[in-house]
Amino acid sequence: MEYKTVKIISQEKLTDDIMSLWIEWDGRASVVPGQFINVYINDPARLLPRPISICDVTDRGLRMVYRITGEATGTAELSGYQAGETIRITGPVGNGYPLDDIMGKKTVLMGGGIGIPPMLYLTKKLVGGCTVILGYRDSNTFLMEEFENAGAKVFVATDDGSVGTHGTVIDALRESGIEPEVLCACGPKPMLAGIKAYSADHGIPAYISLEERMACGVGACLGCVTSTTHTDPHSHVKNARVCVDGPVFLSDRVEL
Amino acid sequence: MADMKVTMCGVEFKNPITVASGTFGSGMEYDEFLDLNRLGAVTTKGVAAVPWEGNPTPRVAETPSGMLNAIGLQNPGIDVFLERDIPFLKKYDTRIIVNVCGHSEEEYLAVVDRLNDADIDMMEINISCPNVKEGGIAFGTDPKGVEAITGAIKSHAKKPVIMKLSPNVTSIADIARAAEAGGADALSLINTITGMKIDIRRRTFLLANRTGGLSGPAIHPVAVRMVYEAAQAVSIPIIGMGGVATHEDAVELMLAGATMVAVGSANFGNPLATTEIIEGMERYAEDMGIKHIADIVGRVK
Ligand SMILES: Cc1cc2nc3c(=O)[nH]c(=O)nc-3n(C[C@H](O)[C@H](O)[C@H](O)COP(=O)(O)OP(=O)(O)OC[C@H]3O[C@@H](n4cnc5c(N)ncnc54)[C@H](O)[C@@H]3O)c2cc1C
Ligand SMILES: Cc1cc2nc3c(=O)[nH]c(=O)nc-3n(C[C@H](O)[C@H](O)[C@H](O)COP(=O)(O)O)c2cc1C
Ligand code: FES
Repeated sequence: MEYKTVKIISQEKLTDDIMSLWIEWDGRASVVPGQFINVYINDPARLLPRPISICDVTDRGLRMVYRITGEATGTAELSGYQAGETIRITGPVGNGYPLDDIMGKKTVLMGGGIGIPPMLYLTKKLVGGCTVILGYRDSNTFLMEEFENAGAKVFVATDDGSVGTHGTVIDALRESGIEPEVLCACGPKPMLAGIKAYSADHGIPAYISLEERMACGVGACLGCVTSTTHTDPHSHVKNARVCVDGPVFLSDRVEL
Repeated sequence: MADMKVTMCGVEFKNPITVASGTFGSGMEYDEFLDLNRLGAVTTKGVAAVPWEGNPTPRVAETPSGMLNAIGLQNPGIDVFLERDIPFLKKYDTRIIVNVCGHSEEEYLAVVDRLNDADIDMMEINISCPNVKEGGIAFGTDPKGVEAITGAIKSHAKKPVIMKLSPNVTSIADIARAAEAGGADALSLINTITGMKIDIRRRTFLLANRTGGLSGPAIHPVAVRMVYEAAQAVSIPIIGMGGVATHEDAVELMLAGATMVAVGSANFGNPLATTEIIEGMERYAEDMGIKHIADIVGRVK
């Protein structure tokens, strides 16, 4: 993990409230899909960094795709930064998905809402292709074509039924008839809870990326913990830091 | 260059900057970003006799120029701490201040007894944490309670004792005097100010603990005032903290009466806050023609 000031290469809107941000990056090899970046907002009144998943890393730089969560928010300020301006970041943070354990298996990736972006880099890393199930609220989809271009077989579910399956990513998985050997997921808590249950029912491992409110973002403050089923080797109690011990956990090792 | 050394309770520190307990772990994480040898001291996260789970999440929230936290003093317990964290810190040329928490007098004393034999420089006793139900703040808000717990700890401790005071009191001077009367070797202040944030969409408390401790630049003027009042009331040295984000903030606390200054939440917004503050203070001393930084302590009367 490094703390540095980086230049913004480009920033564009994907939908009304979803932004795609590219920053300079020169450590391509060192990034694992599922890891994230702490983005420090330039306004010092916003004390805490925003954790944003790594969506892609190429020769061009590092990409993050994020949602502007409201008018007077840090992400709203971030969305106004122009190419050529700089931001401070720490990263890459966290463990990421264990590529060695999932490579060569029948893997299904599931992304819900703003949990979709990290699945793109994971898709690119899974040589030989994979199946991806994307869950959106409605027809305001984003990144969908990019998953297809990356060679994934893509299924879609929407809350309102406007695209793909009417329902959740798990409904779409059932409808597809696919029987995965391993699941990798990122999305809202109810979706992850559903995947945890599916994993238990089918006896397959599910790697889920958790979201928690963070302060330091680097493992020091114990603000971001999740309850674990076993005593954690760092904390010596039954919880683990989402920022550096996660954000990816085996679903049967955490309490949601 | 100015002499940046300060001395407190017979212990010499290479500069006046330490970190605020709980914001820096035991330094392991920040070691990736900065050279721990640069710090006057590392003050560790509160440690108890046995492991504590802490509070449910959400534990933290951002507020204008600050944040709320209700970690609930999660810690791995003194055994792990002595085996893992102290040997790690001993690799560096910096002083070690160990922050101690407990639910009862016995629990504090159990930790103090263990620390007596450890290779550390000072202990800081947290009698002011607003986020644990028993103990903590209960000890810290009543002068009689402060004097009693300080006395009990002093009768066991073989290292200098810093009593860490809560700002959630009517008269910080009374509390400071009580700690001094109990035999405290030094004081540190301020801990966080109790606050609350409500999520208006979910119509409930944002923190699982409902209340949390406010820290960060938002509380700095309160810290300056309280450090000043405490410094006027007692003659023991003070570690000042609360919202220090720049070297100007640190100098202010020293002028108000702090011998050392701890940097807390600012580490979250800038992992290099401590070293940048040290460099800034060196420049300040240079610009102002100050030969010994210790000379500015309490210069505003
Ligand atoms: C590991 C991880 C990866 C993430 N990846 C992405 C991503 O790729 N794209 C994306 O759009 N979002 C992602 N998020 C969520 C993102 O961090 C929040 O939406 C964002 O911090 C909100 O900040 P704000 O400035 O919009 O809101 P503000 O209201 O200004 O934020 C106030 C504070 O609350 C925190 N906060 C608010 N909502 C959340 C939340 N849902 N989760 C964690 N902290 C929150 C902020 O970090 C900040 O400290 C991720 C979160 C985590 C934990
Ligand atoms: C996340 C967090 C954890 C803290 N944990 C402790 C602790 O374990 N013991 C303690 O005495 N103070 C603790 N504090 C209080 C700080 O040490 C400090 O007194 C307070 O935050 C004010 O300083 P600041 O504004 O620079 O952060 C904690 C503060 C924060 C923000
Ligand atoms: S956010 Fe501080 S430990 Fe994870």
